[in-house]
Amino acid sequence: MLKQDPLQYRELAAKAVQDKQLHKALGKLRDKFGRNAVNLYNQLSPEHDPRQDAKAVRRKIVDNLDVVLETLAANIRARGGHVHLAETGEDAVEYCLGVAKRFQVRRVVKGKSMLSEEIHLNDALEAAGIETVETDLGEYIVQLKGEAPSHIIAPAIHYTREQVGELFAEKLGEPYTDDPPTLTAMARKALREKMLGADMGISGGNTACAETGHVTIVSNEGNIRMATTMPRVHVVLLGIEKIAATLEDHDILLRMLTRAAAGQKISTYVSYVGGPRLDEEPDGPEEFHLVLVDNGRSRILADPDFREVLHCVRCGGCLNVCPVYMAIGGHSYGSPYCGPIGAVFTPLTQGINACHHLCQGETLCGACKQVCPVDNDLPRMLSLLRFKLANGDARWNVRPQSLPTKLVFGAWSVIMRHRRMYDAMSLLAGFCQRLLPRKNGWIRRLPGPLGGWTRGRDFPPLAKKSFARRWARRDTTRRDA
Amino acid sequence: MTKPTRVTLFIQCIVDSCFPEVGEAMVKVLERQGLTLDYPPDQTCCGQPAFNAGYRDEAARLALHYLDVFEHAEVIVCPSGSCVNMVRHHYMELFAKDPRLLERAKKVAAKTFEFTEFLVDVLGVTDVGATWNGEVTYHDSCHLLRGLGVKDQPRTLLSKVRGLTLVEMTRSDECCGFGGTFSAKYPEISEALLETKLANIQATGTGAVVGCDMGCLMHMQGMIRRRELPISVHHIAEILAGEE
Ligand code: SF4
Repeated sequence: MLKQDPLQYRELAAKAVQDKQLHKALGKLRDKFGRNAVNLYNQLSPEHDPRQDAKAVRRKIVDNLDVVLETLAANIRARGGHVHLAETGEDAVEYCLGVAKRFQVRRVVKGKSMLSEEIHLNDALEAAGIETVETDLGEYIVQLKGEAPSHIIAPAIHYTREQVGELFAEKLGEPYTDDPPTLTAMARKALREKMLGADMGISGGNTACAETGHVTIVSNEGNIRMATTMPRVHVVLLGIEKIAATLEDHDILLRMLTRAAAGQKISTYVSYVGGPRLDEEPDGPEEFHLVLVDNGRSRILADPDFREVLHCVRCGGCLNVCPVYMAIGGHSYGSPYCGPIGAVFTPLTQGINACHHLCQGETLCGACKQVCPVDNDLPRMLSLLRFKLANGDARWNVRPQSLPTKLVFGAWSVIMRHRRMYDAMSLLAGFCQRLLPRKNGWIRRLPGPLGGWTRGRDFPPLAKKSFARRWARRDTTRRDA
Repeated sequence: MTKPTRVTLFIQCIVDSCFPEVGEAMVKVLERQGLTLDYPPDQTCCGQPAFNAGYRDEAARLALHYLDVFEHAEVIVCPSGSCVNMVRHHYMELFAKDPRLLERAKKVAAKTFEFTEFLVDVLGVTDVGATWNGEVTYHDSCHLLRGLGVKDQPRTLLSKVRGLTLVEMTRSDECCGFGGTFSAKYPEISEALLETKLANIQATGTGAVVGCDMGCLMHMQGMIRRRELPISVHHIAEILAGEE
């Protein structure tokens, strides 16, 4: 797989903005899903905003996460399942490898897990000599291509069907076609063979329910059902925060999730899993494992300023309305979690300095907050991350990012508090700007870091007389009259 | 709120120094409503550029300056949604830990209004008696729309302007890509967003865009001038000040 690095954001984004085909694909996503989500919320109840219910539910759960986790673990164990709490990504990977070893696994079928991207599970399995096959069509496509997913719920959204046709012709040895049903049939054939010969299934989960002790997986293809019931052992990887306390809470969240994700009232398949096959049952795994992964989440939980980000249900809704995501696509973020949610979650788990572009390369337009089914205030958190970058923060190990910028804003804040200084500076700037090249009155090239603006845009010159001066003159003329 | 007769102007830094004519247009509209206007000469900037870039301490100093300057005003009106959003919402974040300053900030925030919001919601005026011949399209600035919830007020005001036809563009509520320092720091991304915005404006066939925030408008105009596109850009105050 290609190495992902959030520090390459600018370069990758600069390339992606030129990619017409990417924009076409993403434009469809925005017009179809992005708008649908909001329309569907409004259909739920004319009186009140269902997002606020979902937010309240998530807040309650996250605030009591320890109790909820214990209940979930107890209920899964009561059914004969195994539960493991993994503090780090490595820990979770080790555990999966251990299970695989015990079952002498040669092939894993998996799917529906962003978390496995986060902890680089596929690489570890492959390194251990275990063939690992993604079973979700989109994930299968990006895997064949050797790429990372570019959207939280639509991992191969950046491809056209022509490109998928070429890929299948090359990798599956099938004749070229761009007919979607034929392509789906090809993938199905290839994947069924893989699934029949797999010893282990690994999946994510969209949510779990502590009260009932089950994990819920939503999908529109149904492949994940086979991948989780046919092999002898099934391992679920779940972030510690993706849990509902009661079945009622679970239902509220599930409905909001599918609405926000794809504008669906419910997805085609909703699977509830949570234990090994019972004696009287015809299918299901011999062993069931739930791996609850922390990997930096409890650190977020401990900070009241950012705890809210754990409310996220990973619907991908914020991606579908984000103008920046639409322009640069998912790969630019250099992290499995892209778009606005990625811009907040990734820095908090991978380091704020290492992800400074993700914190700063967004416009704070607020579209993501508006569409989020749990009303996550991502712009607030982005702004707070910038604050940490500006000043440094011991608790999050942040080094101040730019001393010169700090000095500039410091000086600026002094000048702006004193009208006389401000006027003097304006006068000075008014002289200096005469040295800058102009066309039709506007400035063509600004010096230094401001030059970014004039790369493709002109900049307004300072007016000969500021509003303040015009007003003062008007006052004197009045008094004279 | 009882209808005010005296209004204090907050002319934010970029209108003050680059687009004073926009401030004057607002003055004209307000005076036609029979209001007496004050302009405290010490005012400068609300602190927003620093705040958005993460320099909160620096922004807080300007916020304090704003409180000092405007504390005694009856009602404050500003021709910019994002500056009002800064005062109304972000000042509360800046002063969250200081109850005394928070109290002062709340009081000042409650009487600071964006221009079109003030006309429609506070004065109850929708027809300012303006005339402007031609078709225009309207851009919803992010902070005005999502921060202050101002969506209908400018449209209502425009709909009453004689001779003017409003043609909505696709995704009028999508960001133009300005984002303060973002525009200079990530020019490639910022320009990509702006290109989409300008294409949506051009698709209306109106050749004119109106907005309530000089930040977005100077951003749009920057590329329009560079590429010599046939689009004219107007702050809503300039349209509403159009001859009676
Ligand atoms: S932040 Fe909100 S919109 Fe974005 S993925 Fe999470 S739940 Fe969905």
